[in-house]
Amino acid sequence: MDRLTAVSPGADLLPVRQGALTLEEVLPGEITSIAPFRGQRKAVTQALLAALGVGFPEANCLTRKGELRCVWMGRDLAFLMGARLTADLGGLAAVTDQSDGWIVLKLSGAGAEDVLARLVPADLRAAAFPEGAAIRTQLGHMNVSVARTGGGLQIMGFRSMARTLVQEIADAMASVAARAGAG
Amino acid sequence: MRIEGKGRIGTAPVDYVFDGVRRRGRVGDTLASALMADGEMLLGRSFKYHRPRGVVTADSAEPNALVTVGTGARAEPNTRATVQELYPGLEARSQNRWPSLGFDLMGVTDLAAPLLGAGFYYKTFMWPKSFWEKLYEPMIRRAAGLGALFGAHNPDRYEKAYAFCDVLVIGGGPAGLMAALAAGQSGADVILCDEGPRLGGRLLAEDETIDGRDAAVWAQETAEQLRAMDNVRVMTRTTVTGAFDQGTFAALERVAQHLADPGGRPLECFWRIAAKRSVLCAGALERHIAFRDNDRPGVMMAGAMRAYLNHWGVAAGQSVAVFGNNDDAHRTARDMAAAGVHVAALIDARHDAQNLAGNVPFYPGFQVTRAHGRKRLEAITLRAPDGGRESIAVQALGVSGGWNPAVHLTCHMNARPVWRDDIATFVPRDGAVPGMRVAGAARGAFTTMTCLTDGAEAGRAAAQDIGFKGQSPDLPDAEDAPYRLRRLWAVEGKGRAWLDFQNDVTVKDVRQAAAENYASVEHMKRYTTQGMATDQGKNSNVQALAILADATGRDIPETGTTTFRPPYTPVAIAAMGAGAQGHGFAPQRFTTSHSASVKMGAPMVEAGLWYRSSFFPREGERTWRQSCDREVRMVRDAVGICDVSTLGKIDLQGPDVGAFLDFVYANRFSTLRPGRVRYGLMLREDGHVMDDGTTARLSENQWVMTTTTAAAGEVMRHLDWVRQAFCAQMNVRFTSVTEAWAQFAIAGPKARDLLNGMLDAPIDNASFPYMACGEVSVLGAAARLFRISFSGEHAYEIAVPARYGASLFEKLVERAEAMGGGAYGMEALNVLRIEKGHITHAEIHGRTTAFDIGFGRMVSAQKDCIGKAMAARPGLMDPERAQLVGLRPIGAVKQLVAGAHLFAPEAKPVSAADEGYITSACFSPTLGETRALAFLANGRARHGETIKMVDHLRGLTAVCEVTDPVAFDPDGGRLRG
Repeated sequence: MDRLTAVSPGADLLPVRQGALTLEEVLPGEITSIAPFRGQRKAVTQALLAALGVGFPEANCLTRKGELRCVWMGRDLAFLMGARLTADLGGLAAVTDQSDGWIVLKLSGAGAEDVLARLVPADLRAAAFPEGAAIRTQLGHMNVSVARTGGGLQIMGFRSMARTLVQEIADAMASVAARAGAG
Repeated sequence: MRIEGKGRIGTAPVDYVFDGVRRRGRVGDTLASALMADGEMLLGRSFKYHRPRGVVTADSAEPNALVTVGTGARAEPNTRATVQELYPGLEARSQNRWPSLGFDLMGVTDLAAPLLGAGFYYKTFMWPKSFWEKLYEPMIRRAAGLGALFGAHNPDRYEKAYAFCDVLVIGGGPAGLMAALAAGQSGADVILCDEGPRLGGRLLAEDETIDGRDAAVWAQETAEQLRAMDNVRVMTRTTVTGAFDQGTFAALERVAQHLADPGGRPLECFWRIAAKRSVLCAGALERHIAFRDNDRPGVMMAGAMRAYLNHWGVAAGQSVAVFGNNDDAHRTARDMAAAGVHVAALIDARHDAQNLAGNVPFYPGFQVTRAHGRKRLEAITLRAPDGGRESIAVQALGVSGGWNPAVHLTCHMNARPVWRDDIATFVPRDGAVPGMRVAGAARGAFTTMTCLTDGAEAGRAAAQDIGFKGQSPDLPDAEDAPYRLRRLWAVEGKGRAWLDFQNDVTVKDVRQAAAENYASVEHMKRYTTQGMATDQGKNSNVQALAILADATGRDIPETGTTTFRPPYTPVAIAAMGAGAQGHGFAPQRFTTSHSASVKMGAPMVEAGLWYRSSFFPREGERTWRQSCDREVRMVRDAVGICDVSTLGKIDLQGPDVGAFLDFVYANRFSTLRPGRVRYGLMLREDGHVMDDGTTARLSENQWVMTTTTAAAGEVMRHLDWVRQAFCAQMNVRFTSVTEAWAQFAIAGPKARDLLNGMLDAPIDNASFPYMACGEVSVLGAAARLFRISFSGEHAYEIAVPARYGASLFEKLVERAEAMGGGAYGMEALNVLRIEKGHITHAEIHGRTTAFDIGFGRMVSAQKDCIGKAMAARPGLMDPERAQLVGLRPIGAVKQLVAGAHLFAPEAKPVSAADEGYITSACFSPTLGETRALAFLANGRARHGETIKMVDHLRGLTAVCEVTDPVAFDPDGGRLRG
């Protein structure tokens, strides 16, 4: 039977390797945006905790349980990634499917912070940006979310900009790897 | 001349080329030191008079030795030979000379110098006025100039980067090393930047000891100690070029300028460093003494002469002299003599000076009045205290007029430096840059010992300021001889005594400026151009203003300084704009149908950051019009497919969405039932139209708004603002889902047939009428279907999760082609909507109102909305305002063009008679003629009238008939079929 076939946002673009550095696409399954209605934040956290074991994150943070993470994405907004939203948030929050809107990348290896230091105007050194930190910032001219999770840096950008996003990170990786080669 | 046994660089040979001649230097040389070792003193020609010039400094302040390094598109003009490190195969050329450095035809300008003094251009090229742009300026620019660009794209890699730290230490000399050590040992995250390839600063240039060891060895050990600390980041070859708000600094790192093959490395990196505290240890710059022909190659700063000897093992000549007004100059004579160079004279302008240089001929109270020689120094003339004259043959002369602290960064946030009379120079003002301390020579503490002490204290205090327990490292023993000088700016006498070498400004020029009443230092600067070259007058500012003060009878503090602005040293635009060449300029946004469209040969047109297909050429079609006309007919007769994913999509949820939309849109939305779509018009606060689009109510609590492609971001921002500013009590949440859905228009009489071949449950007119929406399943995927139409045909838009976009587009096009249709692009889309009189941002361009476009009645009288009050202003409701109309040609000329203006048929086409303008025009294959949309004064009342279109730009005039904007299917019967 004739069926539509799915393509991931980073298909044909990834992975990229440069020296010790790796950039790869993460397929989080579903991404669900959760925006608590006025005064419902606590109730949303309780419902999420009860159903999934993670709470609604504080600003510039993510909450996490296994592969499941809830990433702060802005004022009154978080993305649940890595699992289907099983909690019933009816009346508590606006819930929107964002699974196809974003490319999710993971940058890992020694020097990953140096790569993003070429593109992102935020302090991403481990002391200032520890495991569990998640910010909205810019990467070049693009609006992105950057988080430190699972031993690497997670970068989320708009699907339509995937090619530019990967190119710019790959370019910075090449620079950092070449500099490391210089000793 | 190389002095064996002297110097701190290696001995391995490095071959390079200067002005076509193959030469050999040593590893660790700069281009300047290598050429000096070869006895080459003439390195360039001056900017204005083309006078022969040689090396003056051993650092980045160099005004003279500017060369072009590299060849072809990689060539880099205006590189300071004193900074350029030698690498194997380096090719450098001198600049601003023709045909050669030794014989420069433009040198004749020097003979005309009496005519060319300060203000010459202003006085001479004033008339006739029209000659300036066409004749004088190009002529002057050709004659005067530095290096030239190659004209091709720069193929080099550049980089930009950000860094963060607790304490930024600027400069790695004795003060900077101790500051970094103190801050680092206190536990702060430290970045230490130094301009040179090695840390040590002035210690590398001197013959002195610290703790009983060679000071350069101490510097190296301290550098190693710093590098071993995890919390200290050492950045060499990095010049901090600017101080900005909130502890932000700009810095330029020369990553690969010293390498024969950069490999994948960038040439330079432009850093933005955010620091909680900073310590400026930028040291000091030696100043000249002006005397006649003091610019001859071989006359250089005494400290530079010593640096070439002590660091690079190079003597500037076999026989040298030193001229100064301070004790420090004596060190040069001492070091040169100790190295075996013949020191012909140590001349100290102070009568009471003691010789600190040992066994050299000493001339206390003497002054150098003139340098002799042309392409290199041959002799100097001295004037004795009794007025007697004496000439001495020398090949080089070291001059020291004292030291100026490098206060530049402290002035970048508008502070002025403070005059200190005891050392006759300016020092930084306290608190000049928030969070910055200044230590060492940069604040006038000139001995090595005071630098070390001062640096350690500043580093400790900086760390303590931000909560660390301040630690002071052990202080080593070092040189602490007092710095004594008596001011001497210029030696009186005939001839030209040079101040600003880079812009050829003399003592006389400054005095002339004062005489002509350009007495303010800022006026003097602009009148003489002193300090306006790429070195920003580092070598001449203090002398120039001292001479100005003298000429105007004021003291120096009263005269003041000009403003030091970033950058401290020149920064290539390529470094600041790193990554922005070509496509790096802006991100590219691609739809899911992009690859397939490119494969079909579709040329792309940029819509904001998006790339959209213009048209899809088929076999035999040679022009875009042929493809476009075919695509329009395809939609009108069969079915067309168009990717409309670029339109903004905003998901709105919550019980108050209806009320919120009523306030945002001019028309009412709260009455929209679930499963229905409505067209809406959004006004700006000033009453003009902001955007239009449709909003669908998917369910009781979920709505999805579409915006135009161009205004998607603007509308999102607008909604945020309205909610926060006016609707904070409403329970509404919205988020952009533009990226999540791939959306395609399916337009044409066969649209439903095509759809029903793909939907898992077919639809009909009763279940899915015009302006319906709903969830459907297409080839197994959950989708949203909207029955809306921009083309005026029976049409749908179908949205699928973006992962299925590519697949759905291919299947839609394949099926459409089988039905006699196919894909259509922006050109056809535009024609279709012009035929229907539908507006785009060509019409709602920011200056038109709902009234102008004929939608006045959409602004609901029953409710308030953003922009309603302002839209009711009489000026915005004036019937004489230009209103949207259609146009068709009725004369011999059939072409109508957007941008053309409208006039009465008999009127002269001048702006006073202007009655309107065309916003969109096309050839309509459906109607077989050109059609346009236009704004015409009182246009709605003038349908049927004749009007004249004039395009002054293309020289086109056409007679038109004014029509209704809707040219095709005015009843909309085709929409509902």
